[in-house]
Amino acid sequence: MSTTIAPQRSGPAPESRRRQILRLATAGSVDDGKSTLIGRLLHDTGSLPTDHLDAVTDDEGVADLAALSDGLRAEREQGITIDVAYRFFSTASRNYVLADTPGHERYTRNTFTGASNAHVAVLLVDARNGLQVQTRRHARIATVLGVPHVIAAVNKIDLVDYSAERFAEIEADLAELATQVGIDHILAIPVAAKDGDNVVDRSVNTPWYTGPTLLEYLEGVELVAPSPTTDELRFPIQWVSRPTDLHRRRYYGRLAAGRLHVGDSVTILPSGNSSVVTAVDTLDDDREFAVAPLSISIELADDIDVGRGDVIVSAAETAHAPVLARELDATVCWLSDTPLHAGDRVALKHGAATVRATVQSLERRLDPETLIEQVGPSSLGLNDIGVITLRTSSVVVADTYLENRDTGAFILIDESSNDTVGAGTITQAREVVPGKATRNDIKWHPSSLIRSERWQKTGQRGATVWLTGLPASGKSTVAVALERELVSRGRVAYLIDGDNIRHGISDDLGFSPGDRAENIRRVGHLARLFGDAGVVSIASMVSPLRSDREIARQLHHAADLEFIEVHVSTPVTECERRDPKGLYERARRGELKGLTGVDAPYEKPENPDLRFDTTGEDIEELAGRVLAVLVERGVLDG
Amino acid sequence: MSAEPVVDDLTDDLTDDQRVDDQPAEDVDHVAALRVLESESVHIIREVVAELERPVLLFSGGKDSIVLLRLAEKAFRPHPLPFPILHVDTGHNFDEVIEFRDRRVAPTPDNPGGIRLIVASVQESIDSGRVAESTDPSGSRNRLQTRTLLDALEAGGFDAAFGGARRDEDRARAKERVFSFRDEFGQWDPRSQRPEPWSIYNGRIRRGESVRVFPLSNWTETDIWRYIEIENLDLPPIYYASEREVFDRDGILLAVSPHSRPRDGEQVSTEWVRYRTVGDLTITGAVRSRATTIPEIIAEISDATVSERGETRADDRTSSAAMEDRKREGYF
Repeated sequence: MSTTIAPQRSGPAPESRRRQILRLATAGSVDDGKSTLIGRLLHDTGSLPTDHLDAVTDDEGVADLAALSDGLRAEREQGITIDVAYRFFSTASRNYVLADTPGHERYTRNTFTGASNAHVAVLLVDARNGLQVQTRRHARIATVLGVPHVIAAVNKIDLVDYSAERFAEIEADLAELATQVGIDHILAIPVAAKDGDNVVDRSVNTPWYTGPTLLEYLEGVELVAPSPTTDELRFPIQWVSRPTDLHRRRYYGRLAAGRLHVGDSVTILPSGNSSVVTAVDTLDDDREFAVAPLSISIELADDIDVGRGDVIVSAAETAHAPVLARELDATVCWLSDTPLHAGDRVALKHGAATVRATVQSLERRLDPETLIEQVGPSSLGLNDIGVITLRTSSVVVADTYLENRDTGAFILIDESSNDTVGAGTITQAREVVPGKATRNDIKWHPSSLIRSERWQKTGQRGATVWLTGLPASGKSTVAVALERELVSRGRVAYLIDGDNIRHGISDDLGFSPGDRAENIRRVGHLARLFGDAGVVSIASMVSPLRSDREIARQLHHAADLEFIEVHVSTPVTECERRDPKGLYERARRGELKGLTGVDAPYEKPENPDLRFDTTGEDIEELAGRVLAVLVERGVLDG
Repeated sequence: MSAEPVVDDLTDDLTDDQRVDDQPAEDVDHVAALRVLESESVHIIREVVAELERPVLLFSGGKDSIVLLRLAEKAFRPHPLPFPILHVDTGHNFDEVIEFRDRRVAPTPDNPGGIRLIVASVQESIDSGRVAESTDPSGSRNRLQTRTLLDALEAGGFDAAFGGARRDEDRARAKERVFSFRDEFGQWDPRSQRPEPWSIYNGRIRRGESVRVFPLSNWTETDIWRYIEIENLDLPPIYYASEREVFDRDGILLAVSPHSRPRDGEQVSTEWVRYRTVGDLTITGAVRSRATTIPEIIAEISDATVSERGETRADDRTSSAAMEDRKREGYF
């Protein structure tokens, strides 16, 4: 650790020392002139190399500025922008990154990408046509993305004879749109991008317009950046080095918020372990402190378990903590041709962490035409913006998007195609303690009986035996024998069979991974209620994924109920030989997709309470082994 | 909130010990913006190493790949670079560049192991019949590189390749994602690029597929030079002006070499020139210049009215979609 820190400069920075990168995104319908406007901005600021200009100038010397950023052959052939083009220019005071985004509805996902980091969104409006569906949709996207400044370039003002009246009409429509999407004000600038009116230079054709030109606006717009404080520290871990003889273990990542000093006490989430920072490297030199958004690496005083996806925050009592969330309310832009339904399962990438998530519910869908929100839609289609609730398979260290754009945003990935199918912003993150009511609009209605009284008076103690294993492994056979034995001993016991449950409670579910997870979730809750009532439930469920079984287990533990996980570990060859329902045969013939053990994974329990293989075993004896565990746990008397 | 670079703060924090009394305010200014770019690039490089199995860095010995290599080293220090670098050698190189390359990967006190260098040779691809050299005298080996590159990526089992491409170079490059997904044939499909909002990158691929990663996407030519200046990076000498033997072919000043000789009617002259970009000798043009220091070079490119590729790359002139076509085939 080397350099000493020079004393902090006091007082405000002199103007000349600031150099900000302003990110600008254009949006609007096809043919509104977005690409031309970008070309004009580059041209009139002298940022356009002559060879680039020559490349788009025809034999008569007429330059097609739109072609500058429509860099793909197909774009030039069709005269539309398909994908975001990034262009750059600098003025004396600022560096600009321009994202020229597509207007075509089919490529809205690219508009979303282009606008996600923007400080300023410029909505292009054709003066002749006024506001279009895409203008509204893009204004909405800009607000979902929290773009700090939204303005409108009312283009082709020359084609309405520089009419002040026409401009005023559009200004009024924009004011109404601003109210609808919840922005204070949308500044409108009359421009003719083709000729350059009011883009960089003030136009003599619009004497009635007294506001700034586009460039004047961009040069002057205030980029507010809150001063990062230690209390807001968010350091998501991207990569951890292995210690070597020469070097200790190091944690690498980019500060998403706040500042970090050598000597700071920090907490690692979600584990909650604490340590002290012993070294900070900010890349340009070993230093003793760093601020967001720098990429850094650090060392900690203690050798504790920290991995990719963990987030380091301040351990100070005054620190603002993120939520260790299992449930997220989010606004998403759906980017895939395949619609999103409730119950679907996706991978959610948030910071450096990727977790599985199930779509709990679709709350609303925005109609881009009317901006009216439809409540309880059955699905979200390509380019739809919707409000959804996601339940994650493990903890997400979350902030809301309003609080932090990095720790409040995520993408959704389809696990079979690996495509990015959605992008979202967190509006509310909830810590879900399984078994506790987490919705503040619904309260648990207490019974007048407490559990101990109920169990004592009825002589029944509830518990759940959860049998998991491949199809045809013998789960249900054991379950039936166990149920019979318990009832013969005078206990209330009930078999909850994975198939039976689909005749009623889950008759709305199919066999997609999301639906299967939902089915298991419902059985978990059902068994918990039965257990509370004093029933020993015997759930016989393939339940292939650890995360789903873990949710069921946690539900029981949170309710202080015994949960006995039994892994029926019969080998797949034996299961396939039995195959009473012909499932394996159909799967092998390719008629059945996603059969656990054939073309879908089965995650074995790591530490089940009991594990046995039913091959050649006496079923009564196996049921007896489960009974023995129930006795051991005090559910049954010996 | 945090996506907004806190430049004021960076200026404070990053420049205190770099600030010297006579340093113009404007320079301090640029440092902060460069540190933001640096931070973004390092974040991208680390993300690849965390998510993919076998990355490799494509290194040409040019200024962009020199900056890229420096960023990659910084991303993992004090640990050594966790992946090798790959040079696609066309056989038509500037000697100065090959010397520089070998010097750059050699062991140093900080990195006694040196950098692992893989050389993929276009000449070998030609000799083994994988590709056929164009018989057109104006044809270059640029297109041939693609096959050699794809073969080398496959042979090494690499599922991610870092490239030094910048979006300001070419309008097809301006369309690239940071994580550029390639199918099992290394092909780019510009119509189905993965959406890349914020700085969340999707690195998931299937076996055989790969990603090309462009950590310098948001850098401009000027940013590269300013970074070389503040980091005091070593460069091949051809970037600095000196007297060289050149001849003019269709407005491009080519060096006299065993691979590029003047044809009838092409006059050889000795001129003060330097190179703005490093590529094949046969297609990379020199620019007339007296700039022998980095500040002089920065002043020169700030005044230049012609782009880097326009001024120096003969191959991009052949078709308005030359770069797009090569990218679709698997070029980076």
